Formats: sequence, structure tokens, C-alpha cells
Amino acid sequence: MQRILSAGAIVLFALVLATIAIGYSEQLTLRPLAESYLRLVPQDLGAPNVVTGILLTFRAFDTLGEVAVLFMVAAGVGLVLSGKDAAQTSGQDIDARTPASEIVRNATQILVPLISIFAAYIIMNGHISAGGGFQGGAVIASAVLLLLLANPSRALNTAFLSVTESLAGVLFVLVGIGGLIFAGGFLNNRVLPVGQFGAFFSAGAIPVLSVLLGIKVGCELSVILDRFRS
Amino acid sequence: MISSLVLTTGLVLMLIGLWGALTHRNILRIIISLSLIGTGTHILIVAIGFVRGGTAPIIDRALTIAEAPVRAVDPVPSALAVTAIVIGLAVTAVLLAYAIRLYDAKKTLSIDTFTESKW
Repeated sequence: MQRILSAGAIVLFALVLATIAIGYSEQLTLRPLAESYLRLVPQDLGAPNVVTGILLTFRAFDTLGEVAVLFMVAAGVGLVLSGKDAAQTSGQDIDARTPASEIVRNATQILVPLISIFAAYIIMNGHISAGGGFQGGAVIASAVLLLLLANPSRALNTAFLSVTESLAGVLFVLVGIGGLIFAGGFLNNRVLPVGQFGAFFSAGAIPVLSVLLGIKVGCELSVILDRFRS
Repeated sequence: MISSLVLTTGLVLMLIGLWGALTHRNILRIIISLSLIGTGTHILIVAIGFVRGGTAPIIDRALTIAEAPVRAVDPVPSALAVTAIVIGLAVTAVLLAYAIRLYDAKKTLSIDTFTESKW
């Protein structure tokens, strides 16, 4: 009975989605909004990567909200998983964990610095080429995950991560308020000089915001990983 | 042409995710199915932003500033996809945390054992 019901639901959904697929035709020209973004981001913001320009200036308020969502998830996961240790006989199963094999441990020592450098590259080049704060932060978290896999009982300094993350968030908002005072509006990138187009130090506040975002996302994801370990 | 292929892939992924969420009884498999639906949606969003003959909206040697408003794809869906991926990750993290708590309560991950609040 249930099987028939779910099959029916899937067929109905397939019909709805099929109308989307059949009615779709490739765009031949850009929509006006996209066209103005493609014109404004290189000219006004001085950022070659249009997507980063949208994320960190035109829709930066949205990005701030997103980071707030990530923060709430880190707190929420901690809330849901807290009190678990008290219920169980904690400590016993953590000590009983077998360490990772030698291959994983040695590979971690080689790979973690490389992954960290790659993450820094992605974050710092977000305004010039493909990349940005979210992507680089996720790469940092993958390095932390590798560390935790190699040594499951390694203690992560959660207090330090929380303080760094909060500091990055406060600085992000301060740069935004600076835009309100010294430039056109909240999170406007002209707080800092726009500089030469395509140079490393260019595009005003966008690289600064990118770095802050990368630090914040990396710390938040690391805290979430640490919460899941217990 | 290529964007309709990508769009169809996204829609099929959404259907597979829905099928998995409806038929499987293991909570972890349901979570995987839900994130499949999310991935299908991201592919769909990116496919909608394609413009025929367009390239990535990053200005470099392949795309000069003057050509950007004519030869690039729509950057807005790409920016929205980044947002959607982050929110999808947050949802998955919360789902997994609940799965851990449910396993602690009943020592099983089958959804059939959790009948308390069923009507």
C-alpha cells in the first residue's frame, strides 16, 4: 500500500518536473539584471570575478545572514549533542579507539600543510579568479577533518576557534559599518582604495571580507566537526 | 543543448532523492536522499543561468571587460547556488545531529521503531 502511494507521488512529481524540462529553452541573451551586474562589478567595484563581487558587495548582507546561519547551526548541533557524554560512560570509548594506520598518519603530516596553503590561495584569489571565502573555509575544514581522522583523540582547541570566529564576525560587521560611514552604504567595498584592476591588492574591501569570511567559515565547520566526534 | 542536459540531470537527481526518501527506512539513507534532492536543485539553478555561447563570468584574458555583458553566463544563479550549498550543508549537519540522538535513544536507525508521535 505504502509502496503504491510513494510510487504515485514520484510519478506525479516526475510529471511536474517533466513540464519544466520540456518547457525549458536555453537563454540567448542575458537578463537585464545579469547584464548590469556584469557591467557594474568590473567598473564600479574593480573585481574581475563577478560572482565574488555580487556575493561580497551587492548581496553581502545576504552573505552575512548566511554566516549567521552557520553560526546558529554550530551552536544548535552543540545543543542537540550536549549531555550525551554525561549519559554515557564517557572517556572509556574515546580511549578504546584504535589509532589510524601509519599510511594515514604520515600522509596527514605531508598533506595538511599543502591543504592549508591551497585554502589560503583560494581565499586570497577570490576577487581575481575562481574562489572565495566559503570555498577556502571548506578546504580548511577538510584539513581539520584529516587531522581528526589521523588522531581521533586529538583535542581541538574549541575556545580558541570560537574566539577567532567571533572576532572575524565582528570585524566583518565593522568593515560593513565603515562602508556606511566612509563610502556609499553598508558593506560598500570603497572603504579601501579600489586600486589597479586585476591586481592582488585591488577591489577595495572585497579581499578583506573574503579573508574574514574564510576564517569564520573554517572555524565554524571545524567546531561542527569537533562536536560530531564526541 | 548542453544546459538542457544539465537541467535534466538535476531534475533526475531530485527524483532519485525523492524516491530514496520515500522508500528507505534507514534514517541515514533518508538524509543522503535529502541531500541528493539538494544537489539536484543546485545543478538546476546553475543550468538555468546558462546563456548560449557564454563563458564563466570572470574577467581575464578569455573575457575582456567590454565583452563581459554579452559573452558571459548569468552570474546571479551562480551566486545563489553558493548560498544554497552553504544552507544545504547546515541542514545536513542538523539532520545528522538528530540522527545521532535518535540512535542514542533506541540503538537503531530504522525509522519504523520511532512510532511515538505517529498519529
